[in-house]
Amino acid sequence: MRDGVEYWKANLRLIIICLVIWFVVSYGFGILMVDSLNSIRLGGYKLGFWFAQQGSIYVFVALIFFYAKKMDKLDREHNVHED
Amino acid sequence: MSLRALTFLVVGATFALYIYIAIKARARTTSEFYVAGTGVHPILNGMATGADWMSAASFISMAGLIAFKGYDASVYLMGWTGGYVLLAMLLAPYLRKYGKYTVPEFIGDRYYSKGARLVAIVCLVVASLTYVIGQMKGIGVAFSRFLEVPFQVGLVAGMAIVFIYAVLGGMKGITYTQIAQYCVLIFAYTVPAVFISLHLTGNPVPQLGLGSTLADGSGTYLLDKLDLISTDLGFAAYTSQKMSTLDIFLLTLSLMIGTAGLPHVITRFFTVPKVKDARSSAGWALVFIAILYTTAPAVGAMAYLNLMHTTQPGVIGSVNGNLEYSARPEWFKKWEGTGLLKFEDKNGDGRIQYYNEKNKAFAAKAAGFGWKGNEMIKVDNDIMVLANPEIAGLPNWVVALVAAGGIAAALSTAAGLLLAISSAVSHDLLKGVFMPDITEKQELLYSRVAMGGAIIVAGYLGLNPPGFAAQVVALAFGLAASSIFPALMMGIFSRRVNNTGAICGMMAGLTSTLVYIFWFKGWLFIKSTAMLPDTADNWLLGISPQSFGAVGALINFAVALTVSSMTKPVPEHIRAMVEDIRIPSGARSAVDH
Repeated sequence: MRDGVEYWKANLRLIIICLVIWFVVSYGFGILMVDSLNSIRLGGYKLGFWFAQQGSIYVFVALIFFYAKKMDKLDREHNVHED
Repeated sequence: MSLRALTFLVVGATFALYIYIAIKARARTTSEFYVAGTGVHPILNGMATGADWMSAASFISMAGLIAFKGYDASVYLMGWTGGYVLLAMLLAPYLRKYGKYTVPEFIGDRYYSKGARLVAIVCLVVASLTYVIGQMKGIGVAFSRFLEVPFQVGLVAGMAIVFIYAVLGGMKGITYTQIAQYCVLIFAYTVPAVFISLHLTGNPVPQLGLGSTLADGSGTYLLDKLDLISTDLGFAAYTSQKMSTLDIFLLTLSLMIGTAGLPHVITRFFTVPKVKDARSSAGWALVFIAILYTTAPAVGAMAYLNLMHTTQPGVIGSVNGNLEYSARPEWFKKWEGTGLLKFEDKNGDGRIQYYNEKNKAFAAKAAGFGWKGNEMIKVDNDIMVLANPEIAGLPNWVVALVAAGGIAAALSTAAGLLLAISSAVSHDLLKGVFMPDITEKQELLYSRVAMGGAIIVAGYLGLNPPGFAAQVVALAFGLAASSIFPALMMGIFSRRVNNTGAICGMMAGLTSTLVYIFWFKGWLFIKSTAMLPDTADNWLLGISPQSFGAVGALINFAVALTVSSMTKPVPEHIRAMVEDIRIPSGARSAVDH
C-alpha cells in the first residue's frame, strides 16, 4: 500500500508537469500570447499562428508518449506493473 | 471508364471489404460485442479511434471552415486534438483498469447509485444521438454528392452496411472495419493535399508547404499572399484574430473537455489488453488524427488561395481583373450544378466579383469599380475538400477515392456512436437496471436488437432531421464536457466525492449548460422561443453558447465538491475501489461482475 501512495503522488506530479506544458503551448502560445509571438517568424509561418494550427498538435502527441514512457518506468519502480 | 462508374467501383470495393471483415469478425460473447474481447493491439486501436473520431464533418467540412475562418479555426484544431492529452492522463488508463464495459457502469459503481448511472445513461444517449444525426446526414450527403444518387437512397445504403457489420460484430466488427476505414480516409485526404501543395509551393509535404514561398517565382510566402489578397478584397487578414480572446479560450477548452468526455471515444480504450496499452494507444490515436488535422490547415489555405486566384486573376478594379463567367473552369461548373457554388451577375458585366460587401470602406471602393455586390452568393465550406482533386487536375481515380474516404469517415463515426448507444441500452438499462437476471446469451441477443433499433432511430432522424440538426455539435460537446467528464475525473482523482455530490454536480453542470444554450438558441432549438438574440452583446461576459461547456464543467466540479463535503462520506469499499483503479497491477480482462 505504501508503494501505492508514493506511486500516486509521483503520477500526479508527472500529470501536472505535462498539463502545464499542454496549457502553455496551446492556450499560452496559441491564444493568449499569439500577437506577440506573431512578430517572430518560422519560415512563412507567424510563430503564434504556427503554434495554434500546427505546433500545439505536435507537442500534444509528444506529451502523451512521454507520459506513457515515464509511467511505464514508474509502474516498475513502484512494483505496480501488470504481469 | 466514366468518373461515375469509377466512383461506384471504388466505393463498392470498400463496401465489399467492410462486409468481408464483418463476416470474419463476428462477436460470440458479450465481451467481444462490447469491448472486442479486450484484445485490440494499441496501435490498431489508435487507428480505429482515429476513424471513430474523425467524422464526415472533419473529412469534408473542416478544411472549408479553416479556409473561411483563418486563425479563428484554430479552436477546432487544438480543441479536437488536445482532449486526447486529458484522456491519456486523466481517464483512459484508470477506466481500463476498472475493466467494465460502459461509461455509465463505472459512474453507477463508483458513486454506488443507480440514480447516478441513470443520469449518465441519459447524458450519453442524448449526446450520442444528437451526434449521430449529423453522421447519418453526412452519409446521405456523401453518397448524393459523389455518386449522384438521391440523399435518401444514400442514407439507407449506409444504414444497411452499418447494420451488417455492427449487428454481427459489435465492437469487434466495428474495430476492424474502422481500421480499414482509417486507411481509406487518410489516403484519400492526403493524396490531393500533397499534389496541391506541390503545385502551389513545390513542397510535397502540406504541413511544410503552408509555411513555404509560392512556386510562382515571386518569393512571397503563401500565408503572406493569402493575408494580402484577403485584405485587398475587403476580408479580414487570414492569420488575424476575429473572435474575442476569452471566447477562443473557452471554446477551445470546451471542445477539449468535451472530446475527453464523449463516451464513444472513451469506450475505444476499453478494448486494449492492458492499462499501459491504454496510455500509449491514446498517443497513437492522436498520431493518426494529427496526420489529418495538421494537413487540414494546408488544404484550407491552399484551396482558398486557388479560389481567390480563379475569381480574381488580375489587378483588383481593372476591367480584366475578374474572371469572365463564360470562361470559368470545369470544376466550377460541376459544383455549381450541386448548388455548393452559386453565382449571380449583379452588375451584368459577365465577370465574377468575389469580395467582402459587408466591409463598408471596401464596398464603397468597389462601387467605384462598378461592382454591385458580392457575386459569389454561395461558397459552401465543403467545396474546399470536394473540389480539391479537380482543381489540382488529378486523375479520376483520386476523385473516386475522395468519395470513398468521405463515406468511410461518416460510417466509422456513426458505427462508434451507435455502439455507445446500444450498449447503454442493453448493458446499462436492461441488464443493469430492469432485467439483472438475464443470461449472457440473452444479453448478447438484446444488444444486437438494441443496435438494430439504434440504427433505425438514427436513420429515421437522419431522414427527418429535427430543425436543430445544425446546432447539435455544440450540444453534444456541451453535455459531454459539463456532465460526463467531471463525473469520471472526480471518480478517479477524488476519494471524497460521494453519490449525492456526483448527482448534484452532474445535474448542475448539465442544466446550466442546457439552459445557457437554449436561452440563445431557443428552447429545444425552436428559434422563436429564444430569450435573447444570439449575439455577442447579449452573451454573459461575451461567452458564446457553444463555448459554455467549460463553464458547465466548472460548475459541476464546484457543486459536487461542496455537496460532498456536507453529506455522508464515501463508504470504505468504494475508497478501496478508487485506490485499486489508480494502480495498474491486478488488471482483469473486462468482466461483467
